[in-house]
Amino acid sequence: MKQFRAFIKKEWFHIFRDRKTVFILFGMPVMQILIFGFALTNEVKNANVAVLDYSKDAKSTELVQQMDASRYFDVYSSLNRSADIDRVLKAGKVKMVMVIPPDFTQSIEAKHKVTIQLIADASDPNLATTLVNYASSIVNDFQKQYFTEKIPLVVTPEVRMLYNPQLKGAFNFVPGVMAMVLMLVSTMMTSIAIVREKELGTMEILLASPLKPLLIIISKTIPYLFLSLINISTILLLSVFVLDLPINGSLFLLVSLSMLFAITCLSLGILISSSTNSQQVAMLISLMGLFLPTIMLSGFMFPIENMPLPMQFISNLVPAKWYFYIVKDVMIKGLGIASIWKEVLVLFGMTMFFLVVSIKKFKLRLS
Amino acid sequence: MIFAEQLTKSYRTKTEEVKALLSVDLNIPKGEMFGVIGPDGAGKTSLFRILTTLLLADSGTAVINGLDVVKDYAKIRQQIGYMPGRFSLYQDLTVEENLQFFATIFNTTIEENYSLIKDIYEQIAPFKDRRAGQLSGGMKQKLALSCALIHRPEVLFLDEPTTGVDAVSRKEFWQMLQKLKSDGLTILVSTPYMDEAEQCDRIALIQEGKILMNNTPENVKASFSDPLFAIRSNKMYQLLHDLRDDHLVQAAHIFGEDIHISSEVINQQVIIDALQAKGHTQIQLKQINPSIEDVFIKLLMHTESHEQHS
Repeated sequence: MKQFRAFIKKEWFHIFRDRKTVFILFGMPVMQILIFGFALTNEVKNANVAVLDYSKDAKSTELVQQMDASRYFDVYSSLNRSADIDRVLKAGKVKMVMVIPPDFTQSIEAKHKVTIQLIADASDPNLATTLVNYASSIVNDFQKQYFTEKIPLVVTPEVRMLYNPQLKGAFNFVPGVMAMVLMLVSTMMTSIAIVREKELGTMEILLASPLKPLLIIISKTIPYLFLSLINISTILLLSVFVLDLPINGSLFLLVSLSMLFAITCLSLGILISSSTNSQQVAMLISLMGLFLPTIMLSGFMFPIENMPLPMQFISNLVPAKWYFYIVKDVMIKGLGIASIWKEVLVLFGMTMFFLVVSIKKFKLRLS
Repeated sequence: MIFAEQLTKSYRTKTEEVKALLSVDLNIPKGEMFGVIGPDGAGKTSLFRILTTLLLADSGTAVINGLDVVKDYAKIRQQIGYMPGRFSLYQDLTVEENLQFFATIFNTTIEENYSLIKDIYEQIAPFKDRRAGQLSGGMKQKLALSCALIHRPEVLFLDEPTTGVDAVSRKEFWQMLQKLKSDGLTILVSTPYMDEAEQCDRIALIQEGKILMNNTPENVKASFSDPLFAIRSNKMYQLLHDLRDDHLVQAAHIFGEDIHISSEVINQQVIIDALQAKGHTQIQLKQINPSIEDVFIKLLMHTESHEQHS
């Protein structure tokens, strides 16, 4: 027990006496949350649009005002000629142009039908689709407000965005950032910390000492497990208080399953450390072999449902995917253990497997 | 205390198989200071790692204090002190933190065994709050020795402890080892410096994984039966060539500022005349006692010529 305490104390010295380590451990989660939260967002806010209004009657002006009033759009300019449409889009000043035909009010009242044209800059297809959707819903609202009695029977879909009514990006990226940070702290930092002892030759002395190899592994990883807990808390606090993201499910469940995932990552870190003797190689394996799949195949950046079948199959082998599902279900949908036991079981199985393999592979001797 | 029989170890790289140890035998009684002397790459570190249970030999057995290095590795690790060739302490920990850490992982305290390391540690104590990475080479070695001794081991393995250390610190280091030996510690030490070999009770000359000779330093030197002379002239570089090309002597080697020559019979006048004829002046020739390095070089020449014949 004394050995264990002394070892952990030594590990703390290593961590806190190296500025780079401290920065990665504590700066990274905060930075990622802030970058994803405020910079790398695909939400649309106050996009510039132009309007070409041929009617200029009372109703069409009101529609334009409603567009301007919504938090998605700013009416940047009013055009007078159709030739201007191409010009403003090419200049990149606006992302979409709304064209209102002549005799807007009369057309509706007489024919019960009017067509509004939305011309979007689709060089960014996602943005264009989003803008068109927002605009359509504003037009729909407008139509309902003024023409309800006069419109004949139509089927209108009533859309509700469950769990994330405002379509906030944070609902998706906070679980993703949690998975990424845990991978970084637990896998990369642990594997580097163990390999550093090999590289500096101190592992040779530790192995020639009465310390049991299992004790070396445990005391080497416990500090990082603790740091993972701090990081998870930081991310959750930031997402609740800075990004206004509520934790709908049980906090205890969320944190304990995060710790399970941290242990998965730790055992992967031990596994990497036993297969190389250089810190650089350990870092490369962690980044290329684990970090990239976490970003690409966990469903965090790209929806897994859209991937070709072989990729979907491979994604099942990525522990982060299961963790990502668990966090989304618990944190955002507010589900309990009863609904996610399958994912938890898979993650638990993976953890046990990696833990046993990594401890088995940890060498009692050099080479 | 330390017993090894037919230890063999080879490493496989992608292109070739490197033989590190070829059937090495050792028998070192308790309380002896035994030196393993040989150049870099001779297999010293492999031998140390096998004896300290850090490597498995391909074949052969080794026993430390009655314990087998493979089967009883856990027990051996409690009884040995090991100082690897490269400085292997935590550079970002202070001197005191390092010592404290190693004392604790060996289940002891600094206070308990302070008497053993007192002489050594007192020299670095003024720097106890300095990070180990900022110590000089000699102080690093003293700290490493303190850490290897803190648990009062029965056998001490020191792999090239004086490599990269200044001459004064080297001398001090050997004085410390002599004191530890007088306390009853068994010490196995390796070094590439032949002059340090004299300090050991017995030495093994090792080259390319083979022990060429295993005896006391006196007997090793006595094994050099031919007369040995040191020679110098005004043109040292040409002197070596002339000595070799004209077969004036059987062996000639640069040795510090001199050239050492040996043959079964040496006629000084014949050599001086021959060299003067070649234009050498200020020729100095004097008979000397062979050092361990002379023996080692002679042994190496033998094995090389032996290999060429066979």
